[in-house]
Amino acid sequence: MRQVLPIFKKEFRSYFVSPIAYIVISIFLIVTGWFFFSTFFLFNQANVRNFFALLPIIFAFVIPAVTMRLVAEELNVGTYELLLTMPVTFRDVLLGKFLAATAFVAAMLIPTLAYAVIVAFLGDLDWGPVIGGYLGAILLGASFSAVGLFASSLTKNQIVAFIIGVAICFALVLMDKILFFLPAWLAGLLEYLGADSHFENISKGILDSRDILYFLSLTFLSLYATHLIMEEKS
Amino acid sequence: MIHVENLTKTFGDLCAVDHISLDIPKGQIVGLLGPNGAGKTTTLRMLTGFLRPSSGTIRVKDYSIDTHSLQIRKLLGYLPESAPLYHDMLAYDYLNYVADIREVEKKNRLARLREMADLCGIKEVMHKPLAELSKGYKQRVGLAHAMMKDPEILVFDEPTSGLDPNQIIEIREIIRRIGKEKTVILSTHILSEAEATCDRVVIINQGKIVADGNMESLKESASGDTSIHLALRNADLGSVQAALGSLTGITRISPEEGNGGIVRVKLSCRSSDDLRAEVYQRIKQTNWVLIEFYQETQSLENIFQKLTLES
Repeated sequence: MRQVLPIFKKEFRSYFVSPIAYIVISIFLIVTGWFFFSTFFLFNQANVRNFFALLPIIFAFVIPAVTMRLVAEELNVGTYELLLTMPVTFRDVLLGKFLAATAFVAAMLIPTLAYAVIVAFLGDLDWGPVIGGYLGAILLGASFSAVGLFASSLTKNQIVAFIIGVAICFALVLMDKILFFLPAWLAGLLEYLGADSHFENISKGILDSRDILYFLSLTFLSLYATHLIMEEKS
Repeated sequence: MIHVENLTKTFGDLCAVDHISLDIPKGQIVGLLGPNGAGKTTTLRMLTGFLRPSSGTIRVKDYSIDTHSLQIRKLLGYLPESAPLYHDMLAYDYLNYVADIREVEKKNRLARLREMADLCGIKEVMHKPLAELSKGYKQRVGLAHAMMKDPEILVFDEPTSGLDPNQIIEIREIIRRIGKEKTVILSTHILSEAEATCDRVVIINQGKIVADGNMESLKESASGDTSIHLALRNADLGSVQAALGSLTGITRISPEEGNGGIVRVKLSCRSSDDLRAEVYQRIKQTNWVLIEFYQETQSLENIFQKLTLES
């Protein structure tokens, strides 16, 4: 377990030495800023709920872009072999990479605190849902990072990893939007599987253990699947 | 030091490594030799814990690879073929990262990095991005990576492939220097390289060991014949055969392609006796003009071809 830290440090640093980090953060901030503030004054309400409502769908595109290189690049360049012949376990590798991606998502969210601060100046902001929202965003970001890491471990090609990641995350977000096509018994199940409703609960400030458990189990399952893939490759 | 028994690896239907058994004592430089696709890289990958054997065991010291892969990897330094490196890192950052994972103590860190930079000759590129380094420098950074924690066993997969002749000599020099105190296993398909650097050569073909031993014993065991090549002017084939055929020890005289009145023959003889003096004496008695005269013993190339083309 001691080797998680060096891998985490290396991965987190390498985000910021390449231009990818800055491009992804810029795009994320422009898109969220535009969609949030373009309707903010029409609603005339001092809350950031609309910002959090945007997050799942934006994360579904942005996070796979953050995670796509994690394993795929190593497989492609061949450094995967170097990494795994050093005294590290699969668990060290995937936890280090997963935590680096999650930390990057957290770093990406920091500038958006400005939205909440601006809104607080404009009106009476209830900070409870904001804190809940950020907690939910971290949970959502972590579970999508794990999904993205899994997608990245499937292929040598980063673009393919990105597309697989987006497909899974997008399906998780949209799942509870298509429920009305389905019979009731299936709808109940799919509603639980969809990420959106769980995130919505937390971002309203409702901390339900079921929602937290959902994100934790999504994260765990994705990491476990990645572990299986890595084992299969050896 | 290293004990390999019945090591096998299959990929689907393909049997890449087929029941290999090897014992490598401490301090030996072993060369794995074989044509492309013989199973050298697969063997090394299993040895370094990257691939899991389909069956068979590998023991390093008292550790078995099935249960103590991590401990074995701590004893090993590995340089994969073509030395893959992270493109976006600086050489210094990369080696520092390796030192971090290999748990080189913080207080010795800088000294160790300096030592590695000196030994591998990468001082002047320590602050360059790895993507910008030439093939030779990448290889040396790879070497530094492998030797970071001063491992007891070093495994190099085709360490000189893609290098220019000067770099090849340098890398071999480094390997020989390391090999004085450490166990080194390297794979190559360049025969002269094995001859120049290794104490022991293991020839692999189609996943099986076809020969194992030091250079001299290999040459002895595989050779049957030496042959003497002659090119003569002013002679004809019939009289050459008549004059030399009676020498004891010559098993066969076969004509080779000659031109412009030159007769070329190859005298096959048993390797045990040296017939050059007798042949020369015979030629002296005639009025032939001797243009070429050389003896060919089984070279490593011949042995290699013989062993790997047979099956």
